[in-house]
Amino acid sequence: MSIIKMTPEEQSAKFEEVLSKFRGQGQKALMATLQQSQEIYGYLPLPVQRKVAEALDVSVAEVYGVVSFYSFFSLKPKGEYAFNVCLGTACYVKGSQALLDKIEASLGIKQGDVTEDTKFSISACRCVGACGLAPVVLVNDDVYGRLTPDEIPGIIAKYKEEA
Amino acid sequence: MADNMVNVTIDGVKVSVPSSYTVLEAARAAGIKIPTLCFLKDVNQIGACRVCLVEVEGARALAAACVMPVNEGMVVHTNSAKVRQTRKNTLEMILSDHNVDCLSCIRNGNCELQSLTEEYGIRKVTFKGIKSQSVLDDKSFSIVRDGSKCVKCGRCVAACKKQSIGVLSFLNRGFETSVGPAYDISMADAPCIYCGQCIVSCPVGALHEKEETDKVWDAINDPSKHVVMQVAPAVRAGIGEEFGLPIGTRATGKMFAAMHRLGVDKVYDTNFGADLTIMEEGTELLGRLKNGGVLPMITSCSPGWIRFCEFYFPEFIPNLSSCKSPHEMEGALIKTYYAEKNGIDPKDIVVVSVMPCTSKKTEAAREQLVNKDGLRDVDIVLTTRELARMIKQAGLNFNSLPDEGPDTDLLGEYTGAGVIFGATGGVMEAALRTVADILEEKDLPNFEYTQVRGVEADVKEATLTLAGKEIKVAVAHSTAAARELLTKIKNGEANDYAFIEIMGCSGGCVCGGGQPIVPAQDLMDIDIRAERAKALYEEDKVMPERKSHKNSQVMQLYKDFLGEPNGHKAHELLHTTYGQREISPDSVLEK
Repeated sequence: MSIIKMTPEEQSAKFEEVLSKFRGQGQKALMATLQQSQEIYGYLPLPVQRKVAEALDVSVAEVYGVVSFYSFFSLKPKGEYAFNVCLGTACYVKGSQALLDKIEASLGIKQGDVTEDTKFSISACRCVGACGLAPVVLVNDDVYGRLTPDEIPGIIAKYKEEA
Repeated sequence: MADNMVNVTIDGVKVSVPSSYTVLEAARAAGIKIPTLCFLKDVNQIGACRVCLVEVEGARALAAACVMPVNEGMVVHTNSAKVRQTRKNTLEMILSDHNVDCLSCIRNGNCELQSLTEEYGIRKVTFKGIKSQSVLDDKSFSIVRDGSKCVKCGRCVAACKKQSIGVLSFLNRGFETSVGPAYDISMADAPCIYCGQCIVSCPVGALHEKEETDKVWDAINDPSKHVVMQVAPAVRAGIGEEFGLPIGTRATGKMFAAMHRLGVDKVYDTNFGADLTIMEEGTELLGRLKNGGVLPMITSCSPGWIRFCEFYFPEFIPNLSSCKSPHEMEGALIKTYYAEKNGIDPKDIVVVSVMPCTSKKTEAAREQLVNKDGLRDVDIVLTTRELARMIKQAGLNFNSLPDEGPDTDLLGEYTGAGVIFGATGGVMEAALRTVADILEEKDLPNFEYTQVRGVEADVKEATLTLAGKEIKVAVAHSTAAARELLTKIKNGEANDYAFIEIMGCSGGCVCGGGQPIVPAQDLMDIDIRAERAKALYEEDKVMPERKSHKNSQVMQLYKDFLGEPNGHKAHELLHTTYGQREISPDSVLEK
């Protein structure tokens, strides 16, 4: 998932566009609305869920039910650099759990969280479709394949420099 | 309906059933019972729990009977070894993540999971392991949610959605799945109306009313307290079920006999309050018609509906009748008129209302229903189920009690108009009986307004000509029906109604969230809304007076104490106010 950088005003305008596109369409448009909303904000905070519920005429509980069901949707903001560790079968057997542990230890946060300075976040996913490169870690749109845990600090350092 | 018939064979029994039937319905037609758990007719038909699995010849795998449509020549086995073993495994897995606290469970003896466990002869919980984390939410005045007993059948979620409210949803995924409001907040902080339809839909004890029977026993046992118990009309149409009587039994006499024997000081019928409501509400309506007040006027007896209006349709608050609900009126009078007449300090009076309703518990705690001395009009609200429990605890043999009535002094009389308040259309009909007599200035002989009765339509309407004037009225039962009707009015598609009755639950109070819980299997054949309503209309028929303004004690009350209907004193004691509520306040959800 890529994070589009926008000003808060641009985000609001874009979000309104998405809402008006799906307004009144009910439950069937919920997934699409949430997906496009998350593209704008990087995550789905309560005010966003509430506006989606209002626009589609479904309850907030139903929206939250869907958001909390799919690992793709996030209730917490992503960092500027979002680590996404593949825990799909191929990556897992190639040791991606160790990569995840190393990233967590290096950044001092757990899966699903974001660092205090909002620079980094960690999430896990099931299969990014790059099994040939297993184990795979994504940082935003950058793909790192055939990784070992001792390469992790170098990758983090690279993004720290960029930031 | 000209449904095509198909022939199916179930356990060797040949039946011809409409092609729209499911295997579950076809089996029922063949006299074969297929067990169910997540299935609830017209509410939840999703094939999720896998308890109704059957073997269909030629099919690849076992099929869920509740969602499997029949087809011509289908051969079904509901009782093969494979079916039995699979159902048993499924039940054992459900039990493995259940707290199995059956003996002290509020649903002990009326639990669908308990019945299934018994039917399948499960003698031990085979699968042991960690249990999912669960929430016990008892913050509201009305409903307790105990996640440790939830079987994730989705019946409450579907019932809540059917009410067009949807505060309950499945949350999270897999082993972490739970049922609750968004962000798993308390139902007290969610835009819940406490109708309790989730409770009567729950097959187990995961949702139940907040029990207050102990508080009532304490008051009864306290010699300094004067306990007055009143009972709503719908209770008599349901309470018999708690003692094994058929659905629709009118248990008025035995109910009053039991109440007297609990040791309370006084037993009244809320029907008196209902008759009084008609005097106040009828007068209010006539006033609005005459003085160009806000129309349509909408009834205010159902606290679930009132909360629904305050949350979801606040623009209709000016349309609400300012009348308190009948038991609140009666409570207000018990602590003033009754206290005065009997020389009792109102502070020593405990008013207990027995209601078919869970929302009444929250209603009674409204700040608008606390009098100027800081006393609540009604102190404790019990559901029908709680009264039944008190009767059992008192060791009374309900079915062999004599038939008795309420106490007859001061607030004891009631008419047939009060009785029918418990069914959809009943408040409207009772009001029309009185309003028509006043407008026509005579005792009209035809006063049964059957157009507004019944459960076939969710929204009913009628046009009457009274004193040469046309009056259009509407009746809606269930909040989904209320939403439909109010949306129409909002959009200008229906703007000529003078008077609307809304009850929060489908069928009205007789099917309120505080009424006895009927197992899903029994609900397949019976429309309890119609059966229970029959009991009330039957009582209406046998009452000597059937119009509220003919209640002599109500008239005496106006003469001795209140003055005129809608007069100053009546306004102070019998009327109330409402206010908009926020649906999802940030303060609660963003924690």
